[in-house]
Amino acid sequence: MTTDPIVSVRDLRKSYGSFTALDGVSFDIERGETFALLGPNGAGKSTTIEILEGYRDRSSGEALVLGTDPSRGGLAWKARLGIVLQSSGESGAITVREQLTHFAGLYPNPRSVDEIIAAVGLEAKQKTLIRSLSGGQKRRVDVALGVIGRPELLFLDEPTTGFDPEARHQFWDLIRSLKADGTTILLTTHYLDEAAQLGDRAGVIASGRLIDIGAINEIGGAEARTPIVRWFENGPREERTTTPGALIAALQVRLGVEVPGLEIIRPSLEDVYLGLVSTPLEAVPEAVPEAVPEALEGPEGRASRASANDGSANGASANEGAAR
Amino acid sequence: MTTTLVLGTRRIGYEVRQYFRQGDTVFFTFLFPLVMLTIFATAFSETSFGQDADGNDVSAAEFYLPAMLAAGVLLSGLQNMAVDIAVEKSDGTLKRLGGSPLPVFSYFMGKIGQVLVTGILQAAAILLLAGVVFQAALPTEPERWLTFAWVFVLGVVTSAILGIALSAIPRSGKSATAVIIPITLVLQFISGVYLSFTQLPEWLQNIASVFPLKWMAQGMRSVFLPDGFEVLERGETWDLPGVALFTALWLVVGLVAARLSFRWIRKDS
Repeated sequence: MTTDPIVSVRDLRKSYGSFTALDGVSFDIERGETFALLGPNGAGKSTTIEILEGYRDRSSGEALVLGTDPSRGGLAWKARLGIVLQSSGESGAITVREQLTHFAGLYPNPRSVDEIIAAVGLEAKQKTLIRSLSGGQKRRVDVALGVIGRPELLFLDEPTTGFDPEARHQFWDLIRSLKADGTTILLTTHYLDEAAQLGDRAGVIASGRLIDIGAINEIGGAEARTPIVRWFENGPREERTTTPGALIAALQVRLGVEVPGLEIIRPSLEDVYLGLVSTPLEAVPEAVPEAVPEALEGPEGRASRASANDGSANGASANEGAAR
Repeated sequence: MTTTLVLGTRRIGYEVRQYFRQGDTVFFTFLFPLVMLTIFATAFSETSFGQDADGNDVSAAEFYLPAMLAAGVLLSGLQNMAVDIAVEKSDGTLKRLGGSPLPVFSYFMGKIGQVLVTGILQAAAILLLAGVVFQAALPTEPERWLTFAWVFVLGVVTSAILGIALSAIPRSGKSATAVIIPITLVLQFISGVYLSFTQLPEWLQNIASVFPLKWMAQGMRSVFLPDGFEVLERGETWDLPGVALFTALWLVVGLVAARLSFRWIRKDS
């Protein structure tokens, strides 16, 4: 097995006329890894993923996907990819089963149609025309079509937009089983808890630049994860400290054992992310897109948003939950 | 190559199945000539459209049968393809296929196959309606059916290819029918489908003669109208070589235009 990265991007740039959509993005994705690309709308996530899928041509820079330049990828290359596009609104005068069977026939070594229908939870709808499905069900068909060809690399562009919490959890289980099979995944998402649940590493992209990249629980650097202590003392007070215990001990001496309104908040991925993308671009050192410690001080009050949990998330990942 | 052909064959079944599940296309491309034939045959049921060599009256159904077959060729080919592909382009179908290992050749094989299958079914339905319901006399000479076969196949394929080329014009799937149907409708009126061609003013005949529908309709008339009716044509002849030449010319034009204009997706839009 090769140790070459599955995806390798160097100084990727894309401009439309005078508008620069991507301004020098570099990253690698290793085999078996799930890489989450995070960023606000219009940041360049979809441009990046569509260049890698072969849908768009880059203006400059290098890109290799499964060892091939995506702008020249042939059918054999496409057969090794799975693509779940951001949106699809096909007329769909075809049933779920017919569509999956047809697409399975395009690939040399497809997964079983029955297995995939079960994995996306559409057994009851397999004989329904796709146009008669709900939005969330159609999205599951998209995901099913993306994985039916047993891809080595799966692109998921905002896959769970419009899912209810239960459907998202089912989807996460499906993605985990694909990961367990060794599928490499490039995911873009607005849901930070999704990135935390599924991602091994994440890149944060804003205004066409990669402003941070790293393991999910290290994004933003240690300083961005410095806990915040809040309490009441002549109005609300707050302090960021790496030693919250010592601070509380001092507060207890001053205010009594039960410090009024005491909270210790450990910033979630969402807080870290919001801190990153809300930083003006000028503050980002151009040459070093990684490591931007001065960019980490999120605006006050952001930390109180706690996590992006939809309430039913199991809070398994350590970086996500807040010590309340 | 075998994979490409196998996939193309599967695409034909897949396309035909979807075609008949879309009520609006079934009505506006498949049933439309049948509806029009019914209207003409009923409205002019007492009218004679001339007499054949034996002195039998030519009924409205007999007179309009070749015109409706030609209209069917245009609708099943050009209108169907242009709208279908424009919609697939805008709704993400083509984008999805473009990211899959489906060869472009197989995709078009499916499209042309769908046009041929639905066009043949439509022609059979029109002939059946005219012959059984409206008692139109159908030709018995094999050479007439041979002419019908080549005019039909050449016409359907040319229409389909032109439809693929025209699918580049609508900017969205929603506007596709609004852009394409007027084109086919005007062509039908000036090409002798609804109105008798020689009754049109000379200049309009000249314009219509540039487009392929006039020639396809003329070829169809040569098959289904009695001997002697060619005196009503321009130059008093069926001019079958002209039919073949003009239709084939448009086939080449369509192939070049389709080759230049077709993209899986509008890249970088």
